Amino acid sequence: MADRKMNATPLVEIRNLKKYFEINEGFFKTKQLRAVDDVSFEIMTGETLGLVGESGCGKSTLGRTLLKLYEPTAGEILFEGKAVKGKKELEQFRKKATMVFQDPYSSLNPRMTVADIIAEPLTVQGYFTDEEQKKKRVRQLMDMVGLNTEHAARYAHEFSGGQRQRIGIARALAVNPEFIVCDEPVSALDVSIQAQVINQFDELKKTLGLTYLFISHDLLVVRHISDRIAVMYLGRLVEIGPADEIYDHPIHPYTRSLIKAVPIPDPDRAAADKEEGLKGDIPSPLDVPTGCVFRTRCPYAKDECAANMPELTDRGGGHLCACILK
Amino acid sequence: MEDIKNILSEIESSDFDKASDEEKKSAVRERPSTTFFKDGLRRLSKNPLALISFVLIVLVTLAAVIIPFVWPYSYDAMLGNVPGKSMDMSYNNLAPFEYSRSEQLRMDQGEQVFPHIFGTDASGRDYFIRVIYGTRISLTVGFFASLIVLIIGLIVGSVSGYFGGKVDLFVMRIVDIIYSLPDMLMVILLSAVLKESLGLWIQGTVLESIGSNMISLFLVFGLLYWVSMARLIRGQILALKEQEYVLAARVAGAKGSWIIRKHLIPNCMSVIFISVALQIPSAIFTESYLSFIGLGVNAPMPSLGSLCSDALNGISSYPYRLVIPALVISVIVLSLNLFGDGLRDAFDPKLQK
Ligand SMILES: Nc1ncnc2c1ncn2[C@@H]1O[C@H](COP(=O)(O)OP(=O)(O)O)[C@@H](O)[C@H]1O
Ligand SMILES: [Mg+2]
Repeated sequence: MADRKMNATPLVEIRNLKKYFEINEGFFKTKQLRAVDDVSFEIMTGETLGLVGESGCGKSTLGRTLLKLYEPTAGEILFEGKAVKGKKELEQFRKKATMVFQDPYSSLNPRMTVADIIAEPLTVQGYFTDEEQKKKRVRQLMDMVGLNTEHAARYAHEFSGGQRQRIGIARALAVNPEFIVCDEPVSALDVSIQAQVINQFDELKKTLGLTYLFISHDLLVVRHISDRIAVMYLGRLVEIGPADEIYDHPIHPYTRSLIKAVPIPDPDRAAADKEEGLKGDIPSPLDVPTGCVFRTRCPYAKDECAANMPELTDRGGGHLCACILK
Repeated sequence: MEDIKNILSEIESSDFDKASDEEKKSAVRERPSTTFFKDGLRRLSKNPLALISFVLIVLVTLAAVIIPFVWPYSYDAMLGNVPGKSMDMSYNNLAPFEYSRSEQLRMDQGEQVFPHIFGTDASGRDYFIRVIYGTRISLTVGFFASLIVLIIGLIVGSVSGYFGGKVDLFVMRIVDIIYSLPDMLMVILLSAVLKESLGLWIQGTVLESIGSNMISLFLVFGLLYWVSMARLIRGQILALKEQEYVLAARVAGAKGSWIIRKHLIPNCMSVIFISVALQIPSAIFTESYLSFIGLGVNAPMPSLGSLCSDALNGISSYPYRLVIPALVISVIVLSLNLFGDGLRDAFDPKLQK
């Protein structure tokens, strides 16, 4: 992946982003669910940042908050160096940042034809006044993602999961965005189709110069497509760095356990992994442990871990880790 | 062993080649692509029960609309009561296809007399046209009352469900309050009050011809029965707005009104269809009991409900006078229900096989 030229300016930046949900617990009693807690990172233009973590750790919430689908509890979102605040900035942001969703079924309105679904962002943004030109653009988009343009008048339920996901990609590409949040776009698909769709993402990125935040719970998928990888646990960012670095030299015990969970075809390496797996279950996000969020399952937990959540510290080469381990 | 060898020799290696693009294409099930509406109609036309119901509804409606124009008797004419002559009591309480004395006389002189298919009522009014007219009134009440309920419920429910938060809290408390009122009592009180005050208000306007009772009936429906519709639609919207296609529309920069119109309402259409189809008979029933206690349509206007209650007086001698309007009510209610079910099956692609 070294062939990609990367700009040094961040396209997207989040600073201390938090999203807490208020959960009702009976009358007048609410509890905070810290879905995303104090996450900061930046994504360079032309880069793909992979985001991994167990399901329920706040990946989707982070992606949606980043796109201002949820109002952040605290923190800042910057796009092209400018804070996305206020109506005007948001309007601009909507033309440049889009999303591909996880569920190929619930992400397409069953009452709309494929052409209408793909054209929706164009219609909403008022891009084409001429219907013919809009249709042309839709056909072009369908072509781009490998859909048969003759099927434009069909309804989504007539398509397979992989084709539906391509419709979702075409919709995301309609307004010529610069940045796309891909929220587990392949995890609902058959393994045989996953590779095709991932390659499609890769190809589009090269031809259109896109920037991705690519979310997945599957480290193999993320490693394949990402330049850098961010690892989340219980709403916190625990490790971030170049993809190969994270995969080959993980520092955080959580990242290590994730990598160990990936089936390894190499028996020598498998045998070398003598480390214990994780103990216990992931705690409820309503009841986050004090101090380091991971300490209840960490094989290396010490007394000092209960005091504070460790800061992300640089371990060289842009590899950051939030752990007291060296 | 020999068998296996034989079988193996019959297998050609070309059978295991990858499918060519053409083969793949032909394997894809081709079917003409149509609009959602046409697709739904196609499925509806394959449901005989729904079709029969639909035909019945159309027939009953057409009959209710057309027959009063061509029938020789009018719903409010007491046939024995001709100005300038003494009352002819023989017109009262005729059995089906029976004739009064004067009609018998005219027939004896060779005149053609149109029969009283269902006989006449206690005041000598042709019963058939009263049933037809009653059907017309009941259908009108059912249809317009449901329309009012639908419009109010749709607007309140979708706004409340979509925007949520304080708006939702406020609206839903109002809904709870109205819901907890004893509706029978409220209907009676409201229609009694409205009947009095409306009479003065609408004097001299076009509304007067509709009658204050009818208008108060619509108002009562509008004020009371929108709540269950609003609740239903709010619940649907709440579930639907979590769908990812709504998020996709928001990412694209769509506004609330676009999302409600394009995504939320079309997707709860089947539920709306069903509940409107059920609302009409329930409105017909409400109108009936109001008519029964004298708060329904203004006399001498008949409705199916008031015909039933009038028939109770002579139930032992003339049971058919109760049976006929009751039967018409049943046919209307049953066909509306069956048709509503058919619509749901046809227009809900999630239920498709
Ligand atoms: N709209 C919401 N309201 C309340 N809690 C939510 C909402 N969305 C997500 N959550 C909670 O936030 C946590 C993170 O969820 P999510 O971001 O979907 O995780 P992931 O995508 O990593 O599986 C979960 O515990 C989930 O229950
Ligand atoms: Mg998710």
